[in-house]
Amino acid sequence: MSESVSVRVNGKAVTVRAGATVAVAVLASGAACRTSVSGQPRSPLCGMGTCFECRVAINGEPQRRSCQVLCESNMEIEAYG
Amino acid sequence: MDSVKHLRFDVAVVGAGPAGIAAALAAADSGKSIGLIDDNPAAGGQIWRGAQTEPRPSAKSVWFDRLNKSAIQIVRGARVFHAANGELAAECDDSAVQITYGRLIVATGARELFLPFPGWTLPNVMGAGGLQALLKSGLDIAGKRVVIAGTGPLLLAVAAYARKCGAKVVGICEQTTWPRMVRFGMKMLLAPGKAPEALRFAYDLRGIPHWTDCWPVAAFGNRRVEIVRISRQGQTSEIECDYLACGFHLIPNVELPRMCGCRLQQGFVEVDECQQTSVAGTYCAGEPTGIGGLELALVEGEIAGYAATNWEDRAKHLFAKRARHQKVVGILKDAFPLRSELKNLARPDTLVCRCEDVPHERLCEHSSWRAAKLHARCGMGPCQGRVCAPAAEFLFGWEIDSVRPPVFPVRCSSLAAIPSHTAAPRN
Repeated sequence: MSESVSVRVNGKAVTVRAGATVAVAVLASGAACRTSVSGQPRSPLCGMGTCFECRVAINGEPQRRSCQVLCESNMEIEAYG
Repeated sequence: MDSVKHLRFDVAVVGAGPAGIAAALAAADSGKSIGLIDDNPAAGGQIWRGAQTEPRPSAKSVWFDRLNKSAIQIVRGARVFHAANGELAAECDDSAVQITYGRLIVATGARELFLPFPGWTLPNVMGAGGLQALLKSGLDIAGKRVVIAGTGPLLLAVAAYARKCGAKVVGICEQTTWPRMVRFGMKMLLAPGKAPEALRFAYDLRGIPHWTDCWPVAAFGNRRVEIVRISRQGQTSEIECDYLACGFHLIPNVELPRMCGCRLQQGFVEVDECQQTSVAGTYCAGEPTGIGGLELALVEGEIAGYAATNWEDRAKHLFAKRARHQKVVGILKDAFPLRSELKNLARPDTLVCRCEDVPHERLCEHSSWRAAKLHARCGMGPCQGRVCAPAAEFLFGWEIDSVRPPVFPVRCSSLAAIPSHTAAPRN
């Protein structure tokens, strides 16, 4: 049986499978990860830690690459999209 | 203030994909201390991402079993941002790590080449490998419509994987021509170990349209992609989709070997028959030496691992196997050259640099990558040009030659943690 993890993205509860990355939780929430310097919404491009498009704040720490961080129970994720 | 960890290994391997895992395991046969350092939360690289949790026994699980039973120290979630004077500096979530080594094996893999076209910055337009990485990381794509575009066999692998995950793959847009694609298919059927893979893809992809001479022209949508406009054999048409996955083949991650002073040739790390680079004691294996896929990466890794632990006999024993798999490098190179039409997809206002939002028209004013960086801030954002520099190289023919530490954005405290003799520039 697959286990799941619940996190909050911009205050909204999101449940993903255990081992899922924060990027997946943000995509599942419907939010974009960040707003670009000219105001565009952005979401993951490379999925492997090189493009930096998936940056969000995790438990208050900004500029984390969400595709490189695994979801942990009750994580507070803030996306700026 | 972050803590600083000090680690010392006889052999440090950077990159825990197939090449790095094979290198570390081969080196570990010597009984020496081996460190396997990787940026990701788990070992496996891209092709084996998430493989450790797969239940059924497979070729890859054999490698993971060996890795888990070995004495290799795996340093996960560690971004190597500096290398000098026989030392590496890396940053983890809660600490800086200083790593000293006797020998270094670089197995940093490859990333995708992305080409700008109008709408490519919309959410849900992502890399082909990017989509696969996210699927392996838990993305639920069941019932979603996916268009896969770009070039190379990765598109087929991603289409097959997305379909297995429940996606409706609307079509595969391959920029190369049908004759080239057919020749590629024939050659792969004859290449060692590739025939079962090729036949499996053919079976897995049955019924999915595979268009050649076809590429994305523009993507449209309100806050995320909804429609992609494609050019197919000279005709344009529009397709509705939930995801557009685009990858224009692979490019090697050579930031670390460059920083180590390794000589490159046509963008790839130059190695001798023992996988040793131009820097004595520094080896390189896998995609940074040439895009050749899994089997080549594994055998190159093993050769590097044995050579780095002075076990030349064992390394030499693998040369013939490597030569067989090296044929794939040429096959891939010949089949998927990028067509010049792709240079004209970006409009004047299409962003090329996604970190600093620099449009194409701001780059046209300049004659070199350096000038574009200095005047337009292209490549000056957090990705440090990892996305836009290869695109600019293709679009403008600029030579991208500079690499400077730190090669990843890091916390000030991590920079402060580097001892001055490590931080000193290489002579």
